[in-house]
Amino acid sequence: MARDSQAALVALNRFGFGARGGASGDLINAASDPRGFVKAELARPSGVLLEAPGLQSTPQLGQAVFAYQDQVKQAREAAAKAVAPTEAQPAQTPADQKPGLRRNLSLNTVATEIAGQMTEAKPTDNKPADNAMKPDAMQPAIAPPAAKAAPQPLNVIQKTFRAEALARLQRATLVDCGFTERLVVFWSNHFCISASKGELARMWAGAFEREAIRPHVLGRFADMLKAVEQHPAMLFFLDNQQSLGPDSRAGQNRKRGLNENLAREIMELHTLGVGGGYTQEDVTSLARIITGWTFAGRQGQLGVPGSFVFNTNAHQPGPQMLLGKTYEATGLSQGEAALADIARHPATANFVATKFVRHFVADDPPQPLVARLRDVFVKTDGDLKALATALVDSDEAWQAPLTKMRSPYDFVIASGRLLARVPEDPGGYLNNLNLLGQPLWTPAGPNGFPDTSAAWAAPEGMKLRLDIASQMGARLGNNIDPLDLLEFAAADAASVETRRTIERAESRQQALALLLMSPEMQRR
Amino acid sequence: MIDCVENRLLTSRRGLLLGGASFAAWAYLPKFARAADGRDPRLVVVILRGALDGLATVAPIGDPDYAGLHGSIALTADGAHPAIMLDSFFALHPSMPEFARMYRDQHAAVVHAVATPYRDRSHFDGQDVLESGYAGPGRVQSGWLNRALEALPRGERVSSGLAVGPTTPLVLRGNAPTVGWAPVALPQADDDTAMRLVELYRHRDPMLASALSQGLQLEKAASGDDMKPKPGNQVAQMRQVARGAAKLMAADDGPRIAALAFDGWDTHANEGGPIGRLAFLLSGLDGALAEFESGLGDRWRETVVVVATEFGRTARINGTDGTDHGTGTVALLAGGAVKGGRVISDWPGLKLANLFEARDLKPTTDLRSVIKGVLQDRFGLSDRVLAETVFPDSASARPMKGLVA
Repeated sequence: MARDSQAALVALNRFGFGARGGASGDLINAASDPRGFVKAELARPSGVLLEAPGLQSTPQLGQAVFAYQDQVKQAREAAAKAVAPTEAQPAQTPADQKPGLRRNLSLNTVATEIAGQMTEAKPTDNKPADNAMKPDAMQPAIAPPAAKAAPQPLNVIQKTFRAEALARLQRATLVDCGFTERLVVFWSNHFCISASKGELARMWAGAFEREAIRPHVLGRFADMLKAVEQHPAMLFFLDNQQSLGPDSRAGQNRKRGLNENLAREIMELHTLGVGGGYTQEDVTSLARIITGWTFAGRQGQLGVPGSFVFNTNAHQPGPQMLLGKTYEATGLSQGEAALADIARHPATANFVATKFVRHFVADDPPQPLVARLRDVFVKTDGDLKALATALVDSDEAWQAPLTKMRSPYDFVIASGRLLARVPEDPGGYLNNLNLLGQPLWTPAGPNGFPDTSAAWAAPEGMKLRLDIASQMGARLGNNIDPLDLLEFAAADAASVETRRTIERAESRQQALALLLMSPEMQRR
Repeated sequence: MIDCVENRLLTSRRGLLLGGASFAAWAYLPKFARAADGRDPRLVVVILRGALDGLATVAPIGDPDYAGLHGSIALTADGAHPAIMLDSFFALHPSMPEFARMYRDQHAAVVHAVATPYRDRSHFDGQDVLESGYAGPGRVQSGWLNRALEALPRGERVSSGLAVGPTTPLVLRGNAPTVGWAPVALPQADDDTAMRLVELYRHRDPMLASALSQGLQLEKAASGDDMKPKPGNQVAQMRQVARGAAKLMAADDGPRIAALAFDGWDTHANEGGPIGRLAFLLSGLDGALAEFESGLGDRWRETVVVVATEFGRTARINGTDGTDHGTGTVALLAGGAVKGGRVISDWPGLKLANLFEARDLKPTTDLRSVIKGVLQDRFGLSDRVLAETVFPDSASARPMKGLVA
């Protein structure tokens, strides 16, 4: 079969996470049948699910957070009671450790001292992109400050976040093309939550994606929408557990009422889009309709702690008018019916199709392709597999030049794949994502991370990418032949200039950094 | 068990390690280190990746052809930035005052017109030969320094704790266990890498060229004058790595043998003369040597630092005020144990007919002889081990005598 390396580049980079190094043969396989290579993953819907030993369900995770919070509270109370005896515990410096410590100092202190100097010297280097972020799971790879000897053991929330992150990173590194994983990332960002909201959000970030996004990535949009808006992580992220129907029993008793946050974002960000034909009255109406959508708390009065529940006591009674239609007072199903209608609203089809094409094809999405995908969405009642298939079948997706910029996540995953390194520890990845402004599952707002080249090709961003690539080169360049990697990554689709730049590098380390930063690796 | 712990540490810290420089050391104390005679030698190997211009580092000012060949970047004994005369013929680059002082104190020496047995001009292959110790490039996974260590009586393990570091340079890789360490912080890519990338983008992706150039300028503005050592720049990083390495090696139970690699010596364009890019890098190297001297304290008396590079650069400058890949270059020795104060050279001359392939300084000394001489004097390795195991098939390159006091 004829080999088309340029089409293979589109298959692997535009639709997937880039070619894997080693013996994968990705580029050759993609070149012999580019469309088939991309679509192969669509035939295996169960392959989108992510199950790994130790990953728990949302209620289990919620209960673990409640238990952890109780523990912290008890410890704090106990400490407050035992005011005086600080001397009673001569801290963690028993005499017998001293010689040992001193012995180890040779390596230990130098490392920390120097690290301390470096940190002082360049205080901005290690600053997480998001101030709200806690210096915990997202920063595991940074050396402990010079003053603190023993690193704090990770708490259950940090451990969970890292385990969820690792499972996702490993999956992305190992999959053949990565198209379905890219779809997961797309939908997860479309329906994003942010781990910075609080301990529950951090704990649930991975489970949310596993439970609400993945099962529907090749299913129906309406099902994903319902799963998302009823997921405890989303209800917590956008405050719906606090929203009470003003005329509900709870609202009356507690003199509190609506919180429109979730209702507004459902229409503005998840379905219809700005200008999608809804009014403020519709927002308020949807907010009333979904009052009572919440999750059971630690006491478990409403249900299994940490699980979705419909709390009739908080639900606004009576029928509601939304987008010109009346929804009778049927409790939980009132909101479910409203979501089902919003999911198949023409504005939703248009919003989703536009965003989809912008993500995969071009910042300025070709309108004929958008129109076609919109029609597919409408005709198939929001079949997302049909949507993805139509995208791959289109000519535009293969003809548009590779001008999209890889997001930081795409970049670190593509680099790991090319170097054939399956992550064993998420620390380095999480750090790099922080530095590059795309902390995992932690966008700054409910609109998710940006999806245009301008956002990711900003000057500081490019400089940081280069620093990170250079560091990967220093660490890994020793053992690899950069020209072999270029063959894996682009073969004869690589430009003469890129090939020459790599050939002429002064060291393998530098060659690897330049390869990772080449347009072939940065654009998709 | 210990190895497991080290691996775990390495993994969890893999995220943020130093880029432009790396350090690794042997994990064991040689048996004889505490022997009755009290000898406790220390050896540091510094690899300069990218090919150091030996004619610009130690300039043969007395050679009548030098000034013409090195043209706009040639060093001179006078002027605003005079080179430091080492003898009546050779002069040291002015940005290396510390090395000059060591030389005056007879604790530093230069070997000129030196090269590995490699005669082509690929960095990757050249570095393979330099570090593996084999006569030709190949994918050998062990280095000569490691094989030298393997030949030593192992002794007790030192520095049982932390092992943090990027990959071990090939020269120290192999069966003998090593530890690594590097300052932890996000390092900056060096200027040379950045410039190469900007150049590639200019041809292929103007938008990224403009974004990256702006990003680099922001960085420069933030760190001020690029030619002065500032925290985080390459000169500071070199010093910092050396300072840390020296501290580790100075400890009673610290490693005795270490290797470092510094990048960035591939000066194809705007190499600069007494000031400029190479001068900047050489000042970093000079600073690193000074850090070893002060950091090792009393141990400096027992120390030899060997500075080597994969090959030299063209004798004649090219059309962009730089030099291209060449052959013969210099090796530097520093340390209290060095029998210094001399430039060791069988000078081939720079007449066109004397140049290697009519372009490069002709190598007249085999770098392996220099290193073998140091290893023999320091660690008592036999001719046979050196010629068969450490540097396979190198019997013709006899160990150089008398390098160490």
